[in-house]
Formats: sequence, structure tokens, C-alpha cells
Amino acid sequence: MSIIKVGSLCKNFGNLEAVKDLSFEVNEGEIFGFLGQNGSGKSTTIRMLLSLIHPTSGHIEIFGQDIIAHRNNIAKKMGAIIERPDLYPYLTAKEHLQLFAKLSQKKITVSQIEHTLQQVGLSNRASDKTQTFSLGMKQRLGIAIALVHQPELVILDEPTNGLDPQGIADIRHLIKDLAQKEGKTILVSSHLLTEIEQMAHQILIIHQGKKIALGPTATLLDPAKSLMKLMTANDLLAKEKITASEFAAYVLDREEGIYFSIPTEKIAALHQFIVTAGIPIVSLESKRSLEDYFLQITSQSN
Amino acid sequence: MWSIIQIELYKIYKRPRTYIAFGAIAALIWVIQMGLKIDGEAYAAFLMKDINNTLIVDGKVLNGYLICYILLQLLLVHVPLLVALIAADMLSGEANLGTLRLLFTTPYSRTQWVLAKFIAASIYTILLLIWLAALALFLSMYIFGTDDLFLMKSNYVVLIETQDVFWRYVGAFVFASFSLLTVTALGFLMSSLANNSIGPIVATISAIVFFTILSTLNIPLFNVVKPYLFTTHMNNWKEFFDIQVTENNEAISGSILNIQKIKTSLLVLSIHIFLFVGASVWIMKKKDVLS
Repeated sequence: MSIIKVGSLCKNFGNLEAVKDLSFEVNEGEIFGFLGQNGSGKSTTIRMLLSLIHPTSGHIEIFGQDIIAHRNNIAKKMGAIIERPDLYPYLTAKEHLQLFAKLSQKKITVSQIEHTLQQVGLSNRASDKTQTFSLGMKQRLGIAIALVHQPELVILDEPTNGLDPQGIADIRHLIKDLAQKEGKTILVSSHLLTEIEQMAHQILIIHQGKKIALGPTATLLDPAKSLMKLMTANDLLAKEKITASEFAAYVLDREEGIYFSIPTEKIAALHQFIVTAGIPIVSLESKRSLEDYFLQITSQSN
Repeated sequence: MWSIIQIELYKIYKRPRTYIAFGAIAALIWVIQMGLKIDGEAYAAFLMKDINNTLIVDGKVLNGYLICYILLQLLLVHVPLLVALIAADMLSGEANLGTLRLLFTTPYSRTQWVLAKFIAASIYTILLLIWLAALALFLSMYIFGTDDLFLMKSNYVVLIETQDVFWRYVGAFVFASFSLLTVTALGFLMSSLANNSIGPIVATISAIVFFTILSTLNIPLFNVVKPYLFTTHMNNWKEFFDIQVTENNEAISGSILNIQKIKTSLLVLSIHIFLFVGASVWIMKKKDVLS
């Protein structure tokens, strides 16, 4: 069952097309990874899902209801953190959760609030004003605010911003637990692609407001094509030779290194070509992480 | 709706800036009261030097009622500026902080949020006025005692008997609440147009100063628009202290000289409040929350 259904979504800011004809669905209980470079339209899309900005065209359905017509009903079942943690400096962590628990129109007990603080590792700072918090602690509290009313759908825009490696791992485990143990549907955006790769069931990649890839994480990497990184004893010469060859079409535009997005069956021929050209190869390695894939696909889009 | 009004009041209560206005009013009133307590007789003699030859005034001229009148004349010009500190920050302050995004993702509509914030700001304004009344009226009555209220207008004097004064102050404070709520609504409108705290506060104060100048200048061009400016009507609380007289020039107890002027002013101020708040709701509903 689709929890979020987005169809032909567009958003223009004056002449700037921030989001172009974007369509996707998020299924119940899944972690949906939302990837894109800065300024790609991720946050704009998330803001439209949260009714913070009005779409220029297209439609959004959440829990089977139109977001414009049933915003308040949908909001009761949804929790969100948007980009950076924005908090009241004169309130404590606990006061924030009490305040947003009250706003949720649900009965949230004191123990639920304490449990949420514990989930994000802020129990020992519950009574401190947030003006004394580090960015990482604010981020944790922002996540706690999104979770305090036990929402069915959680939208997390860059939830690991400002966290140290341990904090990032903690939040990753928390997100996984929320989906696996509590059955929540989670849409999470991040620039930390490895994070998304490790937890998302499905991934959407957008670039310059347009969808460029969507699919299950396990199959998103195209098995028919490989991303290869070539290191030689003379990269300048290698680039020159390759540019004049049949392999020029597979070279990706990168500032550093020589990358190819190349059909797997042509890798041996590429290797042979470089050897024949008399360029000593240091390494020719396959890069198949999501981060590489993301760079590969956005380079092609450019 | 009540729960979000409570939350807004709670936030106002927790915010340090809230208490600046209360402190400023207390300090101003205390300074003036102390000055008049120490040197009040000389001040009263100076005020009455022109009429001492024609009138024999018996009793205590410098009493709590007169002190309150002097204080209101001085403070009701400045209190709007203090009100603007809070009202003009209600929406833009949250936009600046980024918390407006959090509020607008809760199960309440933007209209509900804007109205709740306006109601909370209005309650704050009323509390500020009650604080002003407590210090300016009741504390002055306690310190200086009560007697007939003797007021010198531009070309006549008004004498209101002791028992006929208190209700006029009640009326004046109710009227002043409309004036200050108009400022609150104006601050709110400015707040809906910006994403930072300082801009709307400065804009509100500037607008008050600008329209006050237009209301005060006696130029034919301005006279056309004057009746429609809120600043023309904000100071009409003084009408409660102009009383009707008999043919023998004796004051008619319980009367107001120009009650129609008060009614008209209340109507104009109410229309301004409605328009300012309505415009704020409309703007916020249309606004893309980016910050």
C-alpha cells in the first residue's frame, strides 16, 4: 500500500524550475531514501509534502488523502524534521517535547516523552535549555520532536547533519528500528549516500529538479554497466589517448581521476587498449557503491 | 484552538523579551511618581499660575487621579512602541528562528495559527495595559490619595468630582485597549511580511510615527485622510474626561461631552484591527515557508 503518492509535481520560483514533473510512491513500512545534490530540489519536494510550500502543479496524496484538502488529518499521523533543527532557545528539551506532544492532538504520556528522549540519547539533558545544546544535540531533539507523537509516517530531511560518526550510526539504527520494529514508513533524505545505502529499501535520485533514478536499493545499481576508476602512471597521456578512441563515449566528466561508465563486457577491451597504448596501469577498479552510482548518474545527467 | 493559544501564551511567558515592556513601564511610572511626590507642589503651582488670579482652587489638585492622567498622556504614546516589540515578532520571529516550519507541520491550519498568535499577542497587550493601570492609577491613588480631577485644556478647564472620575478611567483603559490592539494588529501584519525580527518592529514603529505626524499636521491635503487613520483616533481616550455642562456652566456628573466621537473612534480602530489581521491571515496562507 502506498503511503505517499506524488504525481507530476512541479514547483517554480519565478523563472526557476525547482522541481520538474516528479512522480514517485513510498510504500508502507519502507525506508525510502531521497538523494540529490545541494539545490537539486530535495528540500523543496519535502516542503511540498509537508504543505510548507504550494506546488505549482501536480498532486500529492498521503495516506490516500489529498494533501491540500486533508492537511490537518494527515499531519496528525506525520512527523518531520526539515533541514536543520530549529528550536526555541529559551525552552528545555523536555518542554519542547511537551509542547509538540500537545500540538499533536494525541494523548502523550510523560513516560512516552521520556522514552522518546531516551531513543535519541538526550535523557541526561532533558532539563537543559536548548541554547546550551550543540548542533548534534539539537539535531537529536529535532528527531525526537518528529517522533514524540508516534507518527505512522516520518519525514527526515538530512537527519544526520551535525552528528559525529557515533551519532550518525545511532540515528541509522534508530531509523531502521522505527521501520522494522514499529512498522513506521520513513522518507529520509541525506547527502551522506552511504547512510542511505545502508538503510533504504528504495531510493529516488533527483538532479536539477528532475527524477533521474528510482528503484529498490538492491537492484538500482545497473548490473549491465560498471563504474570503473582508472589510475595510470601518466593520467594526462591516458586521457589524451582515450579521448581519441572508441572509449571516449564512456568517460565521465570528473575533476579528479579517470572514470568510465562502461558496459561490463567492454572492460577487458579497455584494459587491452591502455596496455597497447603503452601506458602503465596502476589500477583499474570497479566502483559500485551507491555514492559512485550517484556521481555516475548525475554526471550523465549533466 | 485553545490549546495553541495556550502554547503561544506559554512561549510569550518563557521569552525574556516579554518582560522588557513591563519593566520599562514600571521604571517610567516610578520615576514620574517619585518626581511628583518630591517636587509635585511646585509643578502644580507652575501649571496653575495663569489661573490663580481668576480661580480659587480648594483641595488637593495633585492627587492620584491627576497623576494617572499625566502618566497616561505620557505613556500611551510610548506603550505602542513596547507592544510592537512583541506583536511584530510573533510571526517573523518564528520564521527567523525556523520554528514556523515546525508549527506549520502540526495538525492546525495556518489560519488557526495566525489567529492564535494574534489572540496571544492581544492577551499580552491587555496584560500590559492592566499593569499600566495598576501602577498608574491604583498606585498613584495609594501614594497621592484621591480628590476631584482638575484638568486644564487648551482654552478651558474641566473639574470632575471625585466620585465621577473612576469609571472614566475604566472607560479610558478599555478605549486604550482598542488603540493598542490596533498597534498589535499592525505589528502582526508587518510580521507576516518578513522573515526577520528587527524589520517588522522598526516598520511598525515607523508606521506609527509616520501616521501620527499625518494626524497631527493641520494641512488641507492631510485633513482628507485624517479621519481614516488609526493614529487620529488612538488618543481619543481623553474624550472620557470632557464633560457636558449646564447653561450655568455647571458640570453634569456622569456625562461625556462627545460620546459620538468615542464611538466613531472605536469603530475606526475595530475596522483597522479586522483589516490588519485579515490581511495577515491571507498573506500567511499564500506564503511559501522557506526559512
